[in-house]
Amino acid sequence: MSNVFIAFQHNEESRPVIDAIVADNPGAQVVHSPGLVKIDAPNSLTIRRSTIEEQTGQPYDLQAIHINLVTLSGHIDEDDDQLTLSWKH
Amino acid sequence: MNIDLQAREITPLRNTYDHVARHIGGDKVASRYQEATYGAQPMVNFHYRPTWDPAHKLFDASRSKIVMADWYVLKDPRQFYYATWTMTRAKQQDAMESNFQFVEQRGMLSMMSDALREKTLEILMPLRHAAWGANMNNASICAYGYGTAFTAPAMFHAMDNLGVAQYLTRLGLAMGDAQTLDDGKQRWLDAPEWQGLRRLVEDTLVVQDPFELFVAQNLAIDGLLYPLVYGAFVDDHVALQGGTAVAMLTSFMPEWHAETARWIDALVKVAAAESDANRALISQWAAEWSDRAQAALAPVAGLALGDQGPTALSEVLDQFRVRCKKAGLAL
Repeated sequence: MSNVFIAFQHNEESRPVIDAIVADNPGAQVVHSPGLVKIDAPNSLTIRRSTIEEQTGQPYDLQAIHINLVTLSGHIDEDDDQLTLSWKH
Repeated sequence: MNIDLQAREITPLRNTYDHVARHIGGDKVASRYQEATYGAQPMVNFHYRPTWDPAHKLFDASRSKIVMADWYVLKDPRQFYYATWTMTRAKQQDAMESNFQFVEQRGMLSMMSDALREKTLEILMPLRHAAWGANMNNASICAYGYGTAFTAPAMFHAMDNLGVAQYLTRLGLAMGDAQTLDDGKQRWLDAPEWQGLRRLVEDTLVVQDPFELFVAQNLAIDGLLYPLVYGAFVDDHVALQGGTAVAMLTSFMPEWHAETARWIDALVKVAAAESDANRALISQWAAEWSDRAQAALAPVAGLALGDQGPTALSEVLDQFRVRCKKAGLAL
């Protein structure tokens, strides 16, 4: 078992994304550092478009996370509805 | 010499304003929507009553028969405050601009038959005046309603209606000239098919209760008018006969109608769930105003769709009933 992580710039735009990750991934640990929010999760971490849309009440294009994405680790499995980080191939 | 650069985290002492914290249950990080909405309604220190309405305070919840313990529960599911609303509309405006460009560059409007062009203008041009009525009514909801969560989106809605009227104006000018707009106004004033709708719009202009006006204009009238005109007429009728350009130049309207319906339904649902008295009132308003809207739209449906008019209108009415039932109304 090893961690995956993803980090965003800490701003108004990335807040619903972070809230959605916390809601969808019970094991996720949120670490705040100046200007940055890093989220660690054991094994895998999923970002769901539908959860972000519930937070904001507006349609969301998952590609928009790249505007505030700083770094991540893990293999990426993504489509229009979700982005999952894990170490599976 | 070594310079050691260190990042130091400064944690804020408070996450949000006290008046926002009271609404969201403690000092949590609040969204911009919450900060722009909660606590913005003036509630106290009204020393003088307005001379134009001495029976009420300047901001007075009792202008509506609807009773809410807390008017801030009428939240907008789209979470619109000024910035999010303008950004959303700016994006849609860009899309509409490129639609206009696409249609004009290819001369798509001149590919329509004369009869279809006439029919389109006959139906769409008078609706500029209906949209203006909706603009006035929503401005009135904002002026006399209570609670920023309810009134602020009503003002956005008012400006959106003005936008709809402007898109119709541009469509008229693209398909004709200034005379086209005058002809539309003349039809609105004189043509027998339009007098029912005109009467209905003019009657709503003097409705005093802001929530009744909200139900009448936004739920009942627009809830039937938009699916009938932009769904059954433009998308299903005009577009199929070679008028795709018209569907492109009015694409904002059905999109906007679907988006705002979420807001309208959410408000109706929450207000009706507050008490049985509210539910009965809103149901009664929805039934009365949708009956009137149906009667007013029947000749318009006939004018637009001929024999298929009554079928199209009854389909629209069925969808409307389903929508009301979902919002918890008894129709």
